[in-house]
Amino acid sequence: MRIGSAKQSYGADAALFDSRTQKAWALLGVAALAAFPFIASEYWLYLACLVSINIASAMGLNILTGYTGLVSLGQAAFMGLGGYTAAILQLRYGTPLLLNLFCGGVVATVAGVLVGLPSLRVKGLYLAIATIAAGVMAHFLFAHLPALTGGPAGLSVPPARIFGVELDTSAKLYWVIVPITALLLLGAANLFRTRIGRAFIAIRDRDISAEVLGIPLLRYKLLSFAISSFYAGVAGGLFAYFFRAITPESFPLLMSIFFLAAVIVGGMGTVLGSVLGAVFMTLVPELLKLIVSALPLGGNATLVLSPVRTIVFGALIIVFLIFEPLGLAEMWRRTRRAFHLWPFRT
Amino acid sequence: MPAPASPPRPLLEVEGLSLAFGGVKALDGVTFAVQPGSITALIGPNGAGKTSVFNTLSGFYAPQAGRIVFEGRSLAGVPPPRRAALGLARSFQNIALFRGMTVLDNIKLGRHCHLKTGALGALFYTPAARREEEELRREIEERIIDFLEIDHIRHAPVGSLAYGLQKRVELARALAMRPRLLLLDEPVAGMNREETEDMARFILEVRREWDATVLMVEHDMGMVMDLSDHVVVLNFGQVIARGIPAEVQADPHVVRAYLGSGDVVALRERFRRAAVARQAA
Amino acid sequence: MDGWLLFEIVLAGVGTGGLYALTGLAFVLIYKATKVVNIAIGEMLMIGAYLFFAFVAGLGLPVWLAIPAAIVASAAFGALVERTVIRPMLGESPISSFMVTVGLGSVLVGVVELVWTADQQRLPEFLPTKHIAIGEALVSPKIFYGFWIAVLLIASVLLVFRFWRGGVALRATASDQAAAYSVGINVPRVFSLAWMAAAAIAGVAGIVVGSIGGISSAMGVFGLSVLVVVIFGGLDSVLGALVGGVFVGIVESLTGFYAGAEYKLLATFTLLVLILMLRPYGLFGTHEIERL
Repeated sequence: MRIGSAKQSYGADAALFDSRTQKAWALLGVAALAAFPFIASEYWLYLACLVSINIASAMGLNILTGYTGLVSLGQAAFMGLGGYTAAILQLRYGTPLLLNLFCGGVVATVAGVLVGLPSLRVKGLYLAIATIAAGVMAHFLFAHLPALTGGPAGLSVPPARIFGVELDTSAKLYWVIVPITALLLLGAANLFRTRIGRAFIAIRDRDISAEVLGIPLLRYKLLSFAISSFYAGVAGGLFAYFFRAITPESFPLLMSIFFLAAVIVGGMGTVLGSVLGAVFMTLVPELLKLIVSALPLGGNATLVLSPVRTIVFGALIIVFLIFEPLGLAEMWRRTRRAFHLWPFRT
Repeated sequence: MPAPASPPRPLLEVEGLSLAFGGVKALDGVTFAVQPGSITALIGPNGAGKTSVFNTLSGFYAPQAGRIVFEGRSLAGVPPPRRAALGLARSFQNIALFRGMTVLDNIKLGRHCHLKTGALGALFYTPAARREEEELRREIEERIIDFLEIDHIRHAPVGSLAYGLQKRVELARALAMRPRLLLLDEPVAGMNREETEDMARFILEVRREWDATVLMVEHDMGMVMDLSDHVVVLNFGQVIARGIPAEVQADPHVVRAYLGSGDVVALRERFRRAAVARQAA
Repeated sequence: MDGWLLFEIVLAGVGTGGLYALTGLAFVLIYKATKVVNIAIGEMLMIGAYLFFAFVAGLGLPVWLAIPAAIVASAAFGALVERTVIRPMLGESPISSFMVTVGLGSVLVGVVELVWTADQQRLPEFLPTKHIAIGEALVSPKIFYGFWIAVLLIASVLLVFRFWRGGVALRATASDQAAAYSVGINVPRVFSLAWMAAAAIAGVAGIVVGSIGGISSAMGVFGLSVLVVVIFGGLDSVLGALVGGVFVGIVESLTGFYAGAEYKLLATFTLLVLILMLRPYGLFGTHEIERL
């Protein structure tokens, strides 16, 4: 049983990992992540990379929707912009991986700020609908600029090269994707230790009062869009390098719904929620694949998989919103609290 | 012989403020001044326009006519976040704490406009950002949390607090704004006697220790009369009386506004007796 | 430029606009009664079309029986959705109930794909097939009749609202649930009725839309245009849905002709962005005032 955690300095109180056990677990986690590529099969490495990319994007969306309260159904569009930018740069100019990802993030950021501009006049649901519009426009852009984006056929992305090594397998890409995701998560956690993060939460809870207290609304809403889209853009770039091919259909509205579901299911407004939600939402289709292939459906299995997946996404959103609106992160917290208090109940 | 000192310039001057919503006149030519270091009370029956005055001072409403001069500077066209940075702090009638945050984070938010950390500093949690956060934490703990006796709830989510404590946290947040002028909208509404006395004590100490001026909207007449140096009475959006508490109390317009027309003399006598009784107690 | 050709294009737009207005009506009904922004309205339209398909092709019912059956089934479906998915979200923030409808839309698309596959299907013909001539302009019969069906339904709903006690109850419930309860209005029943009526209306629209362009699991994209319609007209305005529907229909028709079909959705959404920037509450919507 954990009996309180006394701190002796303000700095200690604000630290991310606030007890010796937490620090130990964190180190163990890092070690496990580092050892993973050496012991896992190709399939699991593939999943790990995919999960990681989804975590990065979900974290971005969580910053915008979970922390700042600006519902967005345009995450896929921002990812697409980042993905296409990175792909075009790699294909045309062979520029370094990190630079391409960064540029992808920047392009997505610019788009994010543009989409966020109406957010002062336009509240809540209207903004969500505007983000759908952004998605439609982005899709149009991707499909109708064949000189730049390859049109409906899309682009095939050559593998990146770092220090002469071609990143053409999941195992190799793992060493790029996971550290980048970790950095993005760290950045988000840092954000909410400072006034910027607090301002975001204030905007979510009561934006008029936030303004009267000294927070310029438009500037901070745009900042939230900017940071969130940057994350999405980087995730999109990683997506392009990972799948080695992107088309306008790679970033549909359904993907935006996927990420919204990840944020809701995981827990809005928490870093842990972004991680849990992305892991859950990525593994659920894999689980479904296993279940469906185990059922005696014969050749119909693949036909059934896609609609079942769609149903499950929607059902997860509904079920979590009704029964566990604070998401998996809250369930995790409850379990932890039960452990800390054991043998007491409350 | 030294020249006589000129009277101190008012901290806040409101002149001819008029505010209308469609056809409804919320404020009609409101004029008053708040002297630095004073506690001024804004009173009046429900619907008189008191919160409208506050909302106009905050910058939430733009008046159709009139001007607001704060520390010699006109506030026309100054957006609300800028007014906060100038030292205009405010608490709200219906508590406006941010439910998704703890008490400590809410208070830290008050200091927002005086902090410097930008987006990049925040993302990388640079040493400068860390220092700023620690300084902030230290100052809030030592000056505000101890002062308002809320150390036992600093990590509690504000939604779980009792009403009286929430109001205290609101005051704490307003204090974190480094206020020159503290606008308190019904600071003791819904409080019992003990909580009211605690709050009154805090307000007096704020005036003394923080060099802040207080303008409060209040309905609790005891508190108004005991605490304030100056009282402004509103009714139907107009100022119907202003002056020291004793004068305003005796003003027949005020009495009629609150109590309707009746025997003013008898009422005045009752007030006087009640005030005497309180002073003896 | 041939004046008659232009007129023909505009007429086609007006015709489709009628269907947009009808679906918009269903949306506004839900919003007026339960304050829920139902982004799954397109998917509800799709369900109506598929129910009709199921009765006609699956059960072999004659068209004159299948249509009312589909409408009743749609209404029942609406009641089911309200009871299981919307009622539990009562009292939650509007953003939460909006996100629930996002989930609902996804579930409906998946269900349709599962049962009927994602392929496009054709509905049996039940409307006259001769083109209608107005002057020298020719209008497709389905669009023509579809338009008048829409107008008829909208008019009936407007009348019902105006003269039936239930219409007042609906508006009362929307503006203040607690007050509606206290004057004896059966609020849960009003909610159910609103969703049932909206689902039925969306179902009718689905049958008509389906018979014009076939049905598929992607039919719900119709709902995106309807979203623009109701934002243009005002989320809680029936008149707005009517005017908005016709306007958006004409814009889409003109865009489709002059720029090409793939530009239609782009044009609609550009219109949306313009509306959001210039007049976010729409032509006739009520402006919600926030109190400090």
